[in-house]
Amino acid sequence: MIKPTIIVVGNGMVGYKFCEKLVSKSSGFNIIVFGEEPRQAYDRVHLSEYFNGKTAADLSMSTRSWYDKQGIMLHLGDPIQEINRTTKTVHSLLGITIQYDYLVLATGSSAFVPDIPGIEKDGVFVYRTIEDLELIKAYATNAKTGAVMGGGLLGLEAAKALIDLGIEDTHVIEFAPRLMPRQIDSAGSAMLQSKLKELGLNIHLNKSTSYIGGNHKAEALHFNDESVLPIDMLVISAGIRPRDEVAKLAGLQVGTRGGIVVNDKMQTSDECIFAIGECALYDGMIYGLVAPGYEMADIAVSQLTGGSKLFYSYDMSTKLKLIGVDVASFGDAFVTEPDCRTIVFEDTHKGIYKRINITTDGKYLLGGILIGDADAYNILLQTVNNKLVLPPNPEDLILGSRGGLETEGAGIMNLPDDALICSCEAVDKAAICSSVTNLGITDIDGMKKCTRAGTGCGGCVPLVKDLIAGTMKANGQYVKNVLCEHFDYSRQELFDLVKINNLKNYDLVLDHFGKGDGCETCKPAVASILSSLWNDVIVKQDTIQDSNDRFLANIQKGGTYSVVPRIPGGEITPDKLIVLGQVAKQYGLYTKITGGQRIDLFGAHLNDLPAIWEELIDAGFESGHAYGKALRTVKSCVGSTWCRFGLHDSVSFAIEIEDRYKGIRAPHKLKGGVSGCIRECAEAKSKDFGVIATEKGWNLYVCGNGGSKPQHAELFATDIDKETLVKYLDRFLMFYIKTAEPLSRTATWLNKMDGGLAYLKNVVINDSLGICAQLEEEMQALVNTYHCEWKEVIEDPALRKRFTHFVNAPREKDPTVQFEPMREQVKAKW
Amino acid sequence: METLIDNWVLACLVDDVPENGGACVKLGDEQIAVFNFTRRGEWFATQNLCPHKQQMVLSRGMIGSTGESCEPKVACPFHKNTFSLLSGQCLTNEELSIKTYGVRIEDGKVFISL
Repeated sequence: MIKPTIIVVGNGMVGYKFCEKLVSKSSGFNIIVFGEEPRQAYDRVHLSEYFNGKTAADLSMSTRSWYDKQGIMLHLGDPIQEINRTTKTVHSLLGITIQYDYLVLATGSSAFVPDIPGIEKDGVFVYRTIEDLELIKAYATNAKTGAVMGGGLLGLEAAKALIDLGIEDTHVIEFAPRLMPRQIDSAGSAMLQSKLKELGLNIHLNKSTSYIGGNHKAEALHFNDESVLPIDMLVISAGIRPRDEVAKLAGLQVGTRGGIVVNDKMQTSDECIFAIGECALYDGMIYGLVAPGYEMADIAVSQLTGGSKLFYSYDMSTKLKLIGVDVASFGDAFVTEPDCRTIVFEDTHKGIYKRINITTDGKYLLGGILIGDADAYNILLQTVNNKLVLPPNPEDLILGSRGGLETEGAGIMNLPDDALICSCEAVDKAAICSSVTNLGITDIDGMKKCTRAGTGCGGCVPLVKDLIAGTMKANGQYVKNVLCEHFDYSRQELFDLVKINNLKNYDLVLDHFGKGDGCETCKPAVASILSSLWNDVIVKQDTIQDSNDRFLANIQKGGTYSVVPRIPGGEITPDKLIVLGQVAKQYGLYTKITGGQRIDLFGAHLNDLPAIWEELIDAGFESGHAYGKALRTVKSCVGSTWCRFGLHDSVSFAIEIEDRYKGIRAPHKLKGGVSGCIRECAEAKSKDFGVIATEKGWNLYVCGNGGSKPQHAELFATDIDKETLVKYLDRFLMFYIKTAEPLSRTATWLNKMDGGLAYLKNVVINDSLGICAQLEEEMQALVNTYHCEWKEVIEDPALRKRFTHFVNAPREKDPTVQFEPMREQVKAKW
Repeated sequence: METLIDNWVLACLVDDVPENGGACVKLGDEQIAVFNFTRRGEWFATQNLCPHKQQMVLSRGMIGSTGESCEPKVACPFHKNTFSLLSGQCLTNEELSIKTYGVRIEDGKVFISL
């Protein structure tokens, strides 16, 4: 039997999604795709990331081989020019004529270019395809001032692209009196505008352009109000125009303002021809978002494969990050009193605006707008879509409940089974929960593989995670985070058990609470607990330490070690610098400045470590614990002693803090920073704890992180004095040390904490658990028992003897270690 | 090299190897990792080279056991690949394995069969 032929006209996101959905449902079609662009479908939603280092390949939604594998014939760079409905054939630009049984038009849209004199000049661009971006990029190298015409969603994206391209002076021109007129109200626009201004964007509202001036190339925008804005380039983003020209030519019904008219089956006025995505006009409306486009693809596939799914008007709720500012709009965002009651929260200090519209009886949520903080978007959208009854104080939805206890996330499990969680992939709550219950999926990666939820825009990922956790909890399936196969306890439980039972070494802990012989997971975890509790010299139990802790140095390629002496706050005398140079020279070490304002000496033989440290300690250095899951450095800027902007003496405070917490072991490494003013030269907000001077004292930030998943530290307390700050730090650090999972940084620890930052503040500042006195006492005990581990080693011949490569030839170094020259120093050869 | 009988070679003293840990001995041109598994009252010896990234470091690794049978193992300090101390098979990467050697203890001395 000959398979019916489906020709897909257009290979954009929706055209691709149609193919993907069709082949997953049926292999009974011969599929041929024609695309106008030279490359296969790519992610247009994240187009601006092209300027952030993402390549065309990164943005691509599939590969050529995918089409081959599915047996789909793909013609790129070859748009369909004509449809002959009588013979059911299409003709392409390159001269291909093929007969179809069904035709699917996914021709998308083009940028709407207003008819303004001068629009044809050089330096005027649209923002739509990768090719457009390449043109913009090439032209931008010589441009200093750029403007975007259009302050809608896409226009602001384009403005971000210009900023990313290094255009110093970027302007947004909007005809309407507010930004994003389709999504947000005037107050929201005002808040967004002030946030964008802070980020260096110039916004001009109520501006109508009369002509674009310049000699051949765009040089100035002339407005109706006689004002002029000099520019070097202009990007037009004034809306979209559905690509309906081929359909129109074929006599298909189109809307008066464009768009191919479709019914709820996505059929055009010819029942063999479907239209989906931004070219389709349903019920008088063009849907310019990707999620409804995917829904249309799904409907068309269903209709072609014998299903009966129909399209209903689609929710246009949206959440996005515009130039770093959260913007969300959901449900009926614009309904006003007396048709509803409106609750508005506005915080110009933090740049947050939230509005919710509720029914006049206060029972249901109708819609709303979130600017600056859109964390509540998912749950609010679900509350609208599923007509959930509101709590007695609906304002809690945007303010959080203010009685101390957080109710965040409590409503998620109450959603109905058919609540749509991932709108890109049409995954509902039931699908997610049953994957957890029946298939044993317990993490987001597994869920993505299993249901595809969260693989589109990614906006629903937090909600999916909460649903996974909620379902597991509901199933009583909560998996305890045990250390490893040898201990049926979490780190926190074991910490308490070791303390209560006064156990001081690993074997005793294993005998009392574990089984088997231990392993490389539980040994260092218990070592860390023992150290955090008793602060004994760790090398006395050297074989339970990770290699770096065992030899008090960082193992490097080739098996040599690096040496990092402590340089508190990054302050060092010339004499000490000279000693570092002399030691490095003497032992042939490669030297490099670290990110933590210290000096790292690389390439030391194991045998040389004690001698190296003997010299360093003689010169007044101490161990820097660069090898330990311990306090590393407290980075500082130079502060008020030298800097003309400095408010307080950040170096002295950094040294004080580093000296207080040095040597203290924790579940993972700890880093701190102290900045003398808001310019934040110490980058304190990327640290586990950060301190920034204010006019009135110091601000404390906690749980920041650099590394693979950077996260800014959260503001914890403002304008406090030194004594209070150290007190909070004592409590915070000790609470972390006692309760975090092994190898979990403070950021991860906070992210997983029930109740989050509010809970942490309550414990540390308000003493809600009544443990603060104890935390302070425990921290003081650690501070009091500080010792330099390397001093202990060099003074103890038995410990010192362990630093040999060959136990049967202690003077011989590892002969396999070799070096080769590099930029007047050495590097390991291996 | 002091030999006991035929191929047993004196490696080091019992006291040279830390309890529940390892040390490296040099026998001719070979580097051998010797492990004193005090908790089990057993000794093991393997090559010192971790075959994963060709690093002379196995003697500095942590030892332990795994599974129902308590298979003794050592973890390479570089990337935490673990190797059976009995068979030398890598337990985290099928394609890797290391040489193992017999160990005997006499009069506080450690002998290895090469």
